[in-house]
Amino acid sequence: MSDVIFEIADLSVKYGEFIAVSDVSMSIPKGSIVSVLGTNGSGKTTLMNTAAGLCAPFLGEIRFMGEDITGISPDMIVERGISLVPQGGRCFNRMSVLDNLMAGSFVKRARGNAKRSLDRVFELFPVLYEKRHLPAGSLSGGQRQMAAIGRSLMSEPQLMLFDELSLGLAPVVIKDIYAAIKRISSEEGTTVILVEQDTARAMQMSDYTYIMLKGSVVLEGASSELSAEEVRKAYFGSR
Amino acid sequence: MYILQVIINGIMLGSVYALLGLGMSLILGIVKLTNLAHGELIILGAYCSVFLTSRLGINPFATLLITVPLMFIFGYLLQRLLINHAMKRGAEAALLVTFGVSVILKDGMLLLFTADARHISSELGSSSVNAAGMDISLLSIILSIISVGAIILLMVFLNRTYTGRAIRAAADDPRAAELSGINVAKTFSAAMGIAGAAAGIAGFCVSMKWTFYPDSGGHYLLIAFVVAVLGGLGDIRGTLAAGFIFGLIQVIGGANYGMLISYIFLIIMLVTNPKIAHAADDLSAR
Repeated sequence: MSDVIFEIADLSVKYGEFIAVSDVSMSIPKGSIVSVLGTNGSGKTTLMNTAAGLCAPFLGEIRFMGEDITGISPDMIVERGISLVPQGGRCFNRMSVLDNLMAGSFVKRARGNAKRSLDRVFELFPVLYEKRHLPAGSLSGGQRQMAAIGRSLMSEPQLMLFDELSLGLAPVVIKDIYAAIKRISSEEGTTVILVEQDTARAMQMSDYTYIMLKGSVVLEGASSELSAEEVRKAYFGSR
Repeated sequence: MYILQVIINGIMLGSVYALLGLGMSLILGIVKLTNLAHGELIILGAYCSVFLTSRLGINPFATLLITVPLMFIFGYLLQRLLINHAMKRGAEAALLVTFGVSVILKDGMLLLFTADARHISSELGSSSVNAAGMDISLLSIILSIISVGAIILLMVFLNRTYTGRAIRAAADDPRAAELSGINVAKTFSAAMGIAGAAAGIAGFCVSMKWTFYPDSGGHYLLIAFVVAVLGGLGDIRGTLAAGFIFGLIQVIGGANYGMLISYIFLIIMLVTNPKIAHAADDLSAR
């Protein structure tokens, strides 16, 4: 918990006149697991999309490993070592699981290690190995999410962003996927940002928590030190 | 024996038809764009081969080594500098741009090469192979091998290489492709480059097999469109099968009824095949 690997400074993002993210600052230590929690429309997905280069910020700056990456294109952001697992996974449904994973190692930096990364993904998610020749569209929701995480791992990221990974999945599947993320974090030293609506599970796993409401951070602190009561109040915005 | 001869002729013609439709199908399936300039790209390829053969005396088959890279670059730049920008303004804008490009190419070729009929004549055209009591044109055999070879090469490329996978990924979900580190604009440009190269090879076959004019593009666009739609839009194996079917119909129907039967067949396929109807919905929804 020393060096800051990823930093968001006074970031605002607009859709036309609508301010989706307003003056948000975060600083994420290398190797940590951080959760960003909030209800629908609190701006957390926009924040992640901006970090991944899909939206351009209106104001503010994003820094990764000391360098300003604000406004860089999504493919270059992956090249630098940030990977977003989008909501619902968004696998390439008409391609085989294996091709989905291999597509993840498209960036030049990751190609040399593709074979090793692939073994690693299959070790984390053995079910993907069994189904490697099937089209991703034929997998269950949980397996598709695993394939999406695997695809992201193939780019050898230093920072992984997970956008509502547990959405629509059975609790037992969520438990497996969270266990895998815990392993990725502890064994590879990958920094993790979990964006969730499910506060309890994400906080249990993370070192630090931000709670967002209507585009702003309303509460932050070490996950173990935030009380259930203050989290609930910040989450729903009740005074 | 007559039936076998018809089938062989149909398949040989069909393999060239499949090649005519290959680039069209690729762009429909990946960029989700109806490239109205595809016919002109084929004719441009044909003129390249004719020019290199008649003016520079290069062996017709060797012209492919020059035509294919040139057509790849032309397709790549066309997408990169023009169509990618138009696509930001929606599918209709991009469609109109390809129509504009087709007109410019047609008139440009008319100015450069005049309205005269062109053809590469080679001694291969009059030689034939005699097998099991049938006469099979040697030229047709060679052109079929080139066509099927090009299609198989493209299939291997799409399945085995990083760029091939990136092209398929961008076709499946462009946003997820970007998040996987794939530059979608560049990938679409590469796809158009490949479509251009395929049109170049198809143009070579046209110049060897038939006579063409600067305004022949429309005729080949129509064939390419039928093949691409019958083949299931972007499905390369389907394109090959569709080419064969289309070729067989042409040979069976002959000069009088071939085209008519093909278009009736196309309409029946559009109405009855849910996969194609769905793909057509997809296209119009974009």
